[in-house]
Amino acid sequence: MILDGKAPTGPIEKSWDKHRFDMKLVNPSNKRKFKILVVGTGLAGGAGAASLGELGYNVEAFCYQDSARRAHSIAAQGGINAAKNYPNDGDSIYRLFYDTIKGGDFRAREADVWRLAQVSNNIIDQCVAQGVPFARDYAGYLDNRSFGGAQVSRTFYARGQTGQQLLLGAYSALSRQVKAGTVKLHQRTEMVDLVVVDGVAKGITVRNLITGKIESHWGDAVILATGGYVNVFYLSTNAMGCSVTAAWKAAQKGAYFANPCYTQIHPTCIPQHGDKQSKLTLMSESLRNDGRCWVPKKAADCENLAGDITEDDRDYYLERKYPSFGNLAPRDIASRAAKEQCDDERGVGPGKRGVYLDFADSINRLGEETIRGRYGNLFEMYEKITDENAYQQPMRIYPAPHYSMGGLWVDYNCMSNIPGLFVLGEANFSVHGANRLGASALMQGLADGYFVIPYTIAGYLAGITPGTVKDDHAEFKRSVEEVEGQTNKLLNINGKKTVSELHRELGKVMWEDVGMARSDASLNNAIKRIPEIREEFWNNVNVTGEAGELNQQLENAGRLADFLEFAEVFAKDALHREESCGGHFRTEHQTDDGEAMRDDENFAYAAAWEFKGAGNEPELHKEPLKFENVKLAVRSYK
Amino acid sequence: MNLTLHVWRQKGPEAKGELETYQAKNVSEDQSFLEMLDDVNEDLIKAGKDPIAFDHDCREGICGMCSQVINGKPHGGQERTTVCQLHMRSFNDGDEIFIEPWRAKAFPIHKDLIVDRNALEVIMQAGGFTSCHTGGVADGNALLIPKPVADYAMDAAECIGCGACVASCPNSSAMLFTSAKVAQLAVLPQGKGEAKARVKNMTETMLSEGFGNCTNHYECQEACPKGINVKFIATLNREYIKSFC
Amino acid sequence: MHLITSSVGRKLLMAVTGMMLVGFITVHLLGNLSIFAGSEAINIYAEKLHSLGPIVWIFRLIMLGLFAVHIALGIQLTMENSSASPEAYAIKARLKTTFAAESMIYTGLILLAFLLYHLLHFTVQVVHTDAVATLQPLVNGRLNVFAMVGNSFNSAFVSIAYVVAMCALFLHLSHGLQSFIQTLGLNNGPSQDKVSAIGKLVAIFFGLAYIAIPLAFLFHIVKI
Repeated sequence: MILDGKAPTGPIEKSWDKHRFDMKLVNPSNKRKFKILVVGTGLAGGAGAASLGELGYNVEAFCYQDSARRAHSIAAQGGINAAKNYPNDGDSIYRLFYDTIKGGDFRAREADVWRLAQVSNNIIDQCVAQGVPFARDYAGYLDNRSFGGAQVSRTFYARGQTGQQLLLGAYSALSRQVKAGTVKLHQRTEMVDLVVVDGVAKGITVRNLITGKIESHWGDAVILATGGYVNVFYLSTNAMGCSVTAAWKAAQKGAYFANPCYTQIHPTCIPQHGDKQSKLTLMSESLRNDGRCWVPKKAADCENLAGDITEDDRDYYLERKYPSFGNLAPRDIASRAAKEQCDDERGVGPGKRGVYLDFADSINRLGEETIRGRYGNLFEMYEKITDENAYQQPMRIYPAPHYSMGGLWVDYNCMSNIPGLFVLGEANFSVHGANRLGASALMQGLADGYFVIPYTIAGYLAGITPGTVKDDHAEFKRSVEEVEGQTNKLLNINGKKTVSELHRELGKVMWEDVGMARSDASLNNAIKRIPEIREEFWNNVNVTGEAGELNQQLENAGRLADFLEFAEVFAKDALHREESCGGHFRTEHQTDDGEAMRDDENFAYAAAWEFKGAGNEPELHKEPLKFENVKLAVRSYK
Repeated sequence: MNLTLHVWRQKGPEAKGELETYQAKNVSEDQSFLEMLDDVNEDLIKAGKDPIAFDHDCREGICGMCSQVINGKPHGGQERTTVCQLHMRSFNDGDEIFIEPWRAKAFPIHKDLIVDRNALEVIMQAGGFTSCHTGGVADGNALLIPKPVADYAMDAAECIGCGACVASCPNSSAMLFTSAKVAQLAVLPQGKGEAKARVKNMTETMLSEGFGNCTNHYECQEACPKGINVKFIATLNREYIKSFC
Repeated sequence: MHLITSSVGRKLLMAVTGMMLVGFITVHLLGNLSIFAGSEAINIYAEKLHSLGPIVWIFRLIMLGLFAVHIALGIQLTMENSSASPEAYAIKARLKTTFAAESMIYTGLILLAFLLYHLLHFTVQVVHTDAVATLQPLVNGRLNVFAMVGNSFNSAFVSIAYVVAMCALFLHLSHGLQSFIQTLGLNNGPSQDKVSAIGKLVAIFFGLAYIAIPLAFLFHIVKI
């Protein structure tokens, strides 16, 4: 089936304004009659729930954490982009739009990206009004820094904790609505099913993580803002609780999952130290503003101390390969370059899976104090984890799974193919194409939450009658029974392997075969291995405890069960996409010097997969991507 | 290294809890404290026992979910460090380690090391915001906020809301948490308009939620994994006085 | 109203009443130290005080009020605080707080007990009655307060009681003084440790100065 993204036609500069005018509105006195369920309280969900509550809708928000403030948006360090052009360095909405389309390797919908660039400026103003302490200069003006994939300084930041500060801004707006009674918050509550009645999303089934009780919630619309799925790799920079579950439950109910193979492997993470590691830690990409990436030229030097390797024997490979962007090459390119050096036996540190990120030049030029001012908390964090002082010796970094550009398919209104089901932020696939530029995730989350969904959801709600389906409907009961059935099944397998052992196995397959470099052979191997692990999971997992209590093993088991179905579709998407673009690199499709080779003729579309049950072939639906405002070009950062 | 752990186990809020002893074997010094507990849990699961329940999420020291009192010190007592960032290299072979939950009347125990911190949410809802509407706000540069003021606000805003300040306070007061938000918004022009109501509402809510009063022990500042300074409590006090003017 | 029900309001009242009481003990100390200037000095001082008539009573009422507020709030806050932290840790490490801070209620209660004893002793003069001033022969037409004080402190028991009470005063002040600065919102961060140190020094001064009086008599440095 060919999907229609419903992007507005006409000049792109007017597209969002025109669309906003064309959409129907909900009368202020009618808004409270509509109940909206928001799952996830990160930047997109938190901002969305607060804004909708303020508009007068009856909102219920859900998060698995004990506080809305703890969603993983909080971990974003570097910053948030906006086309303010405060530094007068040539930025504009059009340039942000262009950079994002190009950064995404021409695999995103133009109109969505334009809208994102357009509202980016409002986001900064909104956050300032909330009291977000962005970095400022002595006169009091907002400060900017540069970030990967852009040649202008358009990134706003709050020390190394931008995500945290933006989330606290959204969370404070949400808290205000909770107090005002327009938003009801359900913490420590995990969505475990989507309830679809006659093809329309009408509610969710959740598990109260404290009591274990399975509960039903009805709503006139359901918004998923549930983040990304890179924990499918087991080791990633995501929080331990991040999962594909909410999105996957929607997929099981018929929502299409778009471009799952577009995953971002972030170049600057702390290398893995051993087998017992549970998670990888990201160091902000902003470090690449002042750090230089290098490895020894000779494999024989890899065991030597960095300080003992002379300047001539160092290979500043990013500066060598991409002279115009240098160390600020986009993430996908920087990650792959690091992997190349390590594959060439020139990696450093344990297992030789690491490259240096060296600040010596910047420290000499600017002084240690300036560097401390810019990145102090990152250096501190690095030292805590590695016990090494990065002021005195270079950091060691290595790429790690970080972000998923893919997600549930949505149209221009952020609505999935299931009417009434909206998807925001990282959970949808819309704006980043095949690769996301740094400081764009925060921008998208807040754009969707503050400035997109409040308009587009009205267009949907204006056409339906509120409260037609409530939680006494048979579908809710059926959903609860299904969930309880799965819970009992999990608790009664009593096998030999723990959930995390099986998750590690899945992660290993995904990292090695569906990771930074994918080939026909590796993907076929993954497609063979994933069902085997799934099979073993359902026969040999050991989930302790009971259903009716706080049971973290049961939570993890449910999440892994969904990853095990999702991973197969992920690998199949990667196998079907016979091209290299952005975060998806097929070894068969590269230029002689190892750069990605896109195939615009055959693959300029979003691949939206319809799940047909575990073990069955998913069905591919395509949304062709039209580029009318930018010219399709080979993405070059040389 | 091998360690002996004494871990607080408690089935539910009403149940009686007690310290139980476990052995952590072959612990690598590169592991984080939580990874060490993961291993202990894996052994427990394999032995068919209930693993230790503990809160954790981002494991990079920013979400504020992890919350354990280790040898009497919230987050283990290492400067500016959450439990998830505490690494085993700061322990020695043969060490005995006591692991307990946050303890305060306002933080009832859900299970084992997991406590209910909703009381902090209620404090935030009482005034931890500026009442701006989505959209229709001024340009970000329309308000000039000189760097020292922005930095001061940022210092306060670093609070991750973990509750270590409450756990360490002899009075189980949440004054450091409350003051961080009050101080952040009090120095910024955006927050000044509501400053008087904010400080009263938030401190009153703190008390009605069952937290104790601040009597200037400053344990909170030492326990805080983000190094939030008690000068913010002084600022809160000043804001309180100003609220009568 | 808010001031006497809220958390910070009561803290402020504690700080302000506490500081006024410090004002009192300062003046009281200055008067008392006149004992080292010889018997005549303190006898004149006592006579002057008594001659103020109704002002003394107004002053006493104010003092009563300050003590009442300070003590009542102190007890109330302590009870609230201990009910907010019902369960103790198996191991409790102290990170920053001091013995002085943790024992405020105890040193406070010791000082209250001492205050009553002290009033009964030197003001109402119903304990250690053999030493009361009215029993001493007049000197230069004045009550011999000096002899009353001296005779009392010649008793080791009385002196030790005073020394113990003044140690409690030292502890109470060493937390209380810096606490006052913090509570009034005058701590800017870097000043905190300095303020604490100065507070301790002042507390030590008060403690030593007050202790000097009984010890001076006990060890016959000052003779009757």
